[in-house]
Amino acid sequence: MSNRNGRFGPYGGQYIPETLMNAVIELERAYNHYKGDPAFNEELTKLFNEYAGRPSLLYYAKKMTKDLGGAKIYLKREDLNHTGSHKINNVLGQALLAKKMGKTRLIAETGAGQHGVATATAAALLNMECVIFMGEEDTKRQALNVYRMKLLGAEVHPVKTGTATLKDAVSEAMREWTKRIADTHYCLGSVMGPHPFPTIVRDFQSVISKEIKQQILSVEGRLPDAVVACVGGGSNAIGSFYNFINDSSVRLIGCEAAGRGIDTFETAATINTGRSGIFHGMKSYFCQDSYGQIAPVYSISAGLDYPGVGPEHAYLHDIGRAEYVAITDEEAVNAFEYLSRTEGIIPAIESAHAVAYAMKEAKNMSKDKIMVITVSGRGDKDCASIARYRGEDINE
Amino acid sequence: MSKVSDAFKNGKAFIAFITCGDPDLETTGRAIEEAANNGADLIELGIPFSDPTAEGPVIQGANYRALAGGVTTDKIFDFASKLRKKVSIPFAVMTYANVVYSYGAERFCERCRECDISGLILPDVPFEEKDEFDSVCKKFGVDLISLIAPTSSQRVEVIAKSASGFIYVVSSLGVTGERKEINTDIRSIVDIIRKNTSVPCAVGFGISTPEQAKNMAEKADGVIVGSAIIRLLEKYGRKAPSYIGEYVKAMKDAIR
Repeated sequence: MSNRNGRFGPYGGQYIPETLMNAVIELERAYNHYKGDPAFNEELTKLFNEYAGRPSLLYYAKKMTKDLGGAKIYLKREDLNHTGSHKINNVLGQALLAKKMGKTRLIAETGAGQHGVATATAAALLNMECVIFMGEEDTKRQALNVYRMKLLGAEVHPVKTGTATLKDAVSEAMREWTKRIADTHYCLGSVMGPHPFPTIVRDFQSVISKEIKQQILSVEGRLPDAVVACVGGGSNAIGSFYNFINDSSVRLIGCEAAGRGIDTFETAATINTGRSGIFHGMKSYFCQDSYGQIAPVYSISAGLDYPGVGPEHAYLHDIGRAEYVAITDEEAVNAFEYLSRTEGIIPAIESAHAVAYAMKEAKNMSKDKIMVITVSGRGDKDCASIARYRGEDINE
Repeated sequence: MSKVSDAFKNGKAFIAFITCGDPDLETTGRAIEEAANNGADLIELGIPFSDPTAEGPVIQGANYRALAGGVTTDKIFDFASKLRKKVSIPFAVMTYANVVYSYGAERFCERCRECDISGLILPDVPFEEKDEFDSVCKKFGVDLISLIAPTSSQRVEVIAKSASGFIYVVSSLGVTGERKEINTDIRSIVDIIRKNTSVPCAVGFGISTPEQAKNMAEKADGVIVGSAIIRLLEKYGRKAPSYIGEYVKAMKDAIR
């Protein structure tokens, strides 16, 4: 779907300082070489299967299906991956690629800490140095993940500039990359940033929809009617959608974080409230003011608390191939609790946004319809903040 | 109408960067007059951006202070058009792609022409994405300034060939900000540029002392200073303009 210079319709591109241009060109060349290389793919598949625990389960949520009284619901269990989320898929791919390129150091941004933990894990496994940039606000919201990254041997750099959240962590990781390029790979965590990142990350995450397709065909003998995933930058969503894009009967639904509501300023629902812009290396949708200043965004979920969205999602939205809905904090927290009680699965608060949409939509679909929800991560990391949201203070 | 290239008619050029509205536009105006009266050959008017990814901590700070003070793209254009009556050296705007894109490139460049702003510097628009903006700039007689970095290697030639106004040679890796030493082989980069264009080149990033300026000016046609000037604004606030005048004089004297 992407053409030269990584355009998805008008979106994508390479809006970065000249200093980084040769680095992304070198990355694109290396990726184009290795993506078709049987030895590289064999090595990556081995890591996926023997280290990360792939393929992840496609679980039929029988109780939830019965309770909601509509479509048959399957959960794609990315929460069962090693490190607890889908982030490991992309990280293993990029870390292996970086290693082949002769890089010895990985840097990455992280919001909730899931991508940081995954990157620190891959760095430990592949003997690479690792520095993680994380907004200072997020280091407080996700203290446990900060400890995990340090335990894995990474250096965690709290970012104090701007709103001290995910967007500032991305800015700081980009600044660090311009300082030190020769030995360093920027392991970007979502389908965003300059080309070739949106394509590389999508390809590594597309294992999710590849498996969903095989699994659902084997148990149901047909394609699902809807695939639902949460969208921040949009990596688990594009991974869940990708192999269904040409199957027009499959509805693709991305769930953005509405925060306190899309009619408030405390939201991170980029496609629902933003407009076209250029930031962090790409043209896409962004939350911004009338002069193009990037807006401070808000969501209870540190992983969805980002003012932009990947360029391929912007394109899928514009051409009407995927739908993007907004889910509030309150709806997500309800879904977090609902899935825990109903199926005994504690989802990440990010993934709970997708579960929340299913809770509203399943009953509108008949019982012979099939809906797949990607549970992008597990929710252990969120327990303290959800308890706080409900007015209960617990010690982590 | 001034031209960016006029800045290089007075020997080696001294180019001063100032973030508009830090701490307020009145101070910015006086600072620019002081810089112009003391030998600056071109002023880079910084339009602040919420997330300036190519800047180090000093200029980031100026961006945040200016936005907190309430400046907007429109207020800066109004300011520049009034300032034009007092200052005659060429102006260039330095900002980020989204500020121009959001305003509408066409409308942005039209306002540049109205305010006699003859150059535009967008550090997040490399050669590959240049056409989108340059096609509009050309229509309004604004030079879109090309940047060349220490990592550009084989790209130098193609960038130089399509450059106009001047070429911004980035002295070192990393973001803007003062540096003790500049180790890049500027001379060989400039040599390649000279083989491909007659457009002048100015070196920026990391230059703060007269010695550094002299050294860089020997290898190129001019020097660009930002963070060292912003630091004076950070330190002296509304009293900074006279200090900026003294500083610019010392720097221009060093490269004459």
